[in-house]
Amino acid sequence: MNGDLVVIGNGMVGQRFVDALRARDPHGRWRVTVLAEEGRPAYDRVRLSAFFDGVDADALNLHTPHEGVRLRLGEPATAIDRDRRVVSTATGEHRYDALVLATGSYPFVPPVPGADLPGVFVYRTLDDLAAIREYARGRRAGAVIGGGLLGLEAANALRLLGLSTDVVEFAPRLMPVQVDPAGGAMLRRYVEELGVRTHLGVATTAIRPGPDGAVAALELSDGRTVDAELVVVAAGIRPRDELARAAGLTLGPRGGVLVDDTCRSADERIWAVGECAAVDGTCHGLVAPGYATAEVVADRLVGGAATFPGADTATKLKLLGVDVASFGDAHGTTPGCLDVTFTDPATRVYAKLVLSDDARTLLGGVLVGDASAYPTLRASVGGPLPAAPLALLAPDGGGADAGALPATAQVCSCNAVTRGDVDAAIAGGCADVPSLKACTRAGTSCGSCVPMLKQLLDAAGVAQSTALCEHFDATRRELFEIVRVRRIRTFSRLVAEHGRGRGCDICKPVVASILASLGAGHVLDGEQASLQDTNDHFLANLQRDGSYSVVPRIPGGEITPEKLIVIGEVARDFKLYTKITGGQRIDLFGARVEQLPQIWRRLVDAGFESGHAYGKALRTVKSCVGETWCRYGVQDSVGLAVALELRYRGLRAPHKIKSAVSGCARECAEARSKDFGIIATETGWNLYVGGNGGFRPRHADLFASDLSTDALIQLIDRFLIYYIRTADRLQRTAAWIEAMDGGLDHLRAVIVDDSLGLCADLDAAMAHHVGSYSDEWRDVLDDPERLRRFTSFVNAPDVPDPSITFALERGQPVPIRGGTPTARDDERSGREREPVEAGRRRQQVALGLPEVRR
Amino acid sequence: MNGTLTWTPVCRLDRLEPDRGVAALVDGVQVALFRTADGLFAIDNHDPVSGAYVLSRGIVGSRGDVPTVASPLHKQVYDLRTGRCLDLPGVSVTRHAVRCRDGLVEVRLRQED
Repeated sequence: MNGDLVVIGNGMVGQRFVDALRARDPHGRWRVTVLAEEGRPAYDRVRLSAFFDGVDADALNLHTPHEGVRLRLGEPATAIDRDRRVVSTATGEHRYDALVLATGSYPFVPPVPGADLPGVFVYRTLDDLAAIREYARGRRAGAVIGGGLLGLEAANALRLLGLSTDVVEFAPRLMPVQVDPAGGAMLRRYVEELGVRTHLGVATTAIRPGPDGAVAALELSDGRTVDAELVVVAAGIRPRDELARAAGLTLGPRGGVLVDDTCRSADERIWAVGECAAVDGTCHGLVAPGYATAEVVADRLVGGAATFPGADTATKLKLLGVDVASFGDAHGTTPGCLDVTFTDPATRVYAKLVLSDDARTLLGGVLVGDASAYPTLRASVGGPLPAAPLALLAPDGGGADAGALPATAQVCSCNAVTRGDVDAAIAGGCADVPSLKACTRAGTSCGSCVPMLKQLLDAAGVAQSTALCEHFDATRRELFEIVRVRRIRTFSRLVAEHGRGRGCDICKPVVASILASLGAGHVLDGEQASLQDTNDHFLANLQRDGSYSVVPRIPGGEITPEKLIVIGEVARDFKLYTKITGGQRIDLFGARVEQLPQIWRRLVDAGFESGHAYGKALRTVKSCVGETWCRYGVQDSVGLAVALELRYRGLRAPHKIKSAVSGCARECAEARSKDFGIIATETGWNLYVGGNGGFRPRHADLFASDLSTDALIQLIDRFLIYYIRTADRLQRTAAWIEAMDGGLDHLRAVIVDDSLGLCADLDAAMAHHVGSYSDEWRDVLDDPERLRRFTSFVNAPDVPDPSITFALERGQPVPIRGGTPTARDDERSGREREPVEAGRRRQQVALGLPEVRR
Repeated sequence: MNGTLTWTPVCRLDRLEPDRGVAALVDGVQVALFRTADGLFAIDNHDPVSGAYVLSRGIVGSRGDVPTVASPLHKQVYDLRTGRCLDLPGVSVTRHAVRCRDGLVEVRLRQED
């Protein structure tokens, strides 16, 4: 078989089908056209809710381009003509020799009055979620119709958007498909504790509008009314079979394109995969069976004999922070089966195992509150129990180790990978989780089996690589010790003696940072210059258009009017975009490399130093005004912040370090969101460590209380040096402490009680840093050799980079969007020079408000 | 097609730091020049992923036996010998000819096919 293949739908399963076909059809026997309804290519709908945690559409992308596959986004199929073998769209026709329907499902909206009111949403696509987020703005009351898996995800989304949340479920318990009554009761306790009100065993009889015509309330079958300014309907899905129906294909008893176990429809040229396929009459709404159908059809189209292996309906997820898992015969419908249940109201864990009538074979189970045993249990379904039932159900999942599984057990149900497959890949040379994922696809979908992959590597006796990169087998921590103990001062010696190759953008900056931490001279001296990331190389921060930004240090955020004026004058004279940062200093954007020394000459002359905004180094120590001015302040927070910033300025570390000092417990400096934060008390200082903002915000933990200033400084000195010596590459203090054996207690033992006898050494290292500090920018300006590299073009030092040009926005220069290629370039290459920024849409932010006067 | 076929002198060899790039302006084209233990390399300075002219400022290294530079903006790695991106299939930058004559580095822009 070969020719033209049309795929209708580019959802998760449609994409998987194309991937699977391309993997099996390397010579391109099939020319593939994919018709997609949505305007963006396939994305991970299972992780859709991550959108509300700040994960953007790019991170959810599942689409990989293939040769010989045309993807037509925003071009939905409108009809199938089976006689002529063409699929029509609004813009044309596509002829097919084989047609694969991957149209998925649509959300079922119960036919109640008001279901079409403004403010009623479904929860299926990224556009749906974006619309919900938009509509939620300024609204207080939300409700979800449906207490299943998707309904609870939607409820969590509404919570995160700041809405009060009611969930209405027709069944007498939450997640009725996956969990049993006792599990549902446990789940309800968790959910209600989070402030989500549940209404179980009732139907929504009407959705009522308010005076503005938008939704305002739900009416329930028990006569109650629930306030709701925003409603999400998550009452199940129905297969998208309208094209098939219109084309006269046979449908399943409950909808969906009827296909046999080869996923072929009544028309031998038409196949169906995923949620729109009624395999032997049954539609499956989970991704794992959908992927299985995709693999079957891909195999059949290249002449294989695969058949649908049956649906694995096992599910594990974290809903509203609660682990819930369900697998196999979760409801115990097998005749004669036995239950083992475990309920602990104290830890709020519920677990049930369903066993065969002789109690030897695991048939299924339900876990609520702790699902750590899930991967092993699910993989054991249909086989002997891997350990005694109670050991398996113990909250730490102590008895559950993948090493006990038989070869036939399925480790990854999403991709149908057995333990035997994983073991074969390990025997074939896979030595870590990423290579196992690439080789077997295990763990690439929901990820719940990743811990098992690690266990299987352990069971096979494979030591997992902690190598920094392909050039060094050592970790950053080990390299630090090698460099320190052997007094190595160059990368070339280190890589020759302890590594291989020529280095890369991973190991070179790591070694540069280690050398800087150990006081190996100026970061641009000798060979060190070649190791630095561009930011450290030009002592400025590279921006998207190739220009740099400049940040002078303003210790503690305290600045005299004179110095403030100098910054203003420099910004004005060099036409720099000027913005105040979150770290209480001022960032000047849009400088070309040849301008950097001129800018810094003026700043250094006025008494400024490098702010190290470009380095993995101490950034700022933020402060509130403290007791000097504030009527609540109890200590001099600004004074301490200035002293700390000057003490630790220039300290290179595995990652950036931020700090803050608050003058009282009101915490206006936000010290607990910093790597080390200090909060004043009546009698001294409290020290907090391990906080950060960023992608995973974390509050710092209290490390020591009521310290004198001297005792405080000593602890911070040791904390920082110990961190610099032992953390991994790009590991912030929070992750460093979390990964530490013994955590915060261990850290206290090392730097307070000196349990490792390191403290004198740590103190000496910091004393050396403080004593040898010198301003990097002043040093550059004093040295013509170092200055020489600050030119845009080696053969035209006086020519400014023509690609850096600005537009005016709110009275300041900003990069012109999309860059400005030289005419010469375009002419020469004839190629589009627009950067690739798939999926991102820049939102309009002008609101038509009066302009701020400048 | 009006690219130049001539060699353009750019700078003295000692102006190129080992394992570090510089940008040069050759007949209006921004070229990134690198000096490594494997020799001299020249590719477009234009980063096709970000649209900025920055490849000369990337970190030079190796992947296996391939001499490489990593874009300083988003770290995609390019083969210095061919201009091919090792991380993104189908992406590449133009390679130019470069040589050293009497201590002078010279560049000849590559013709498009």
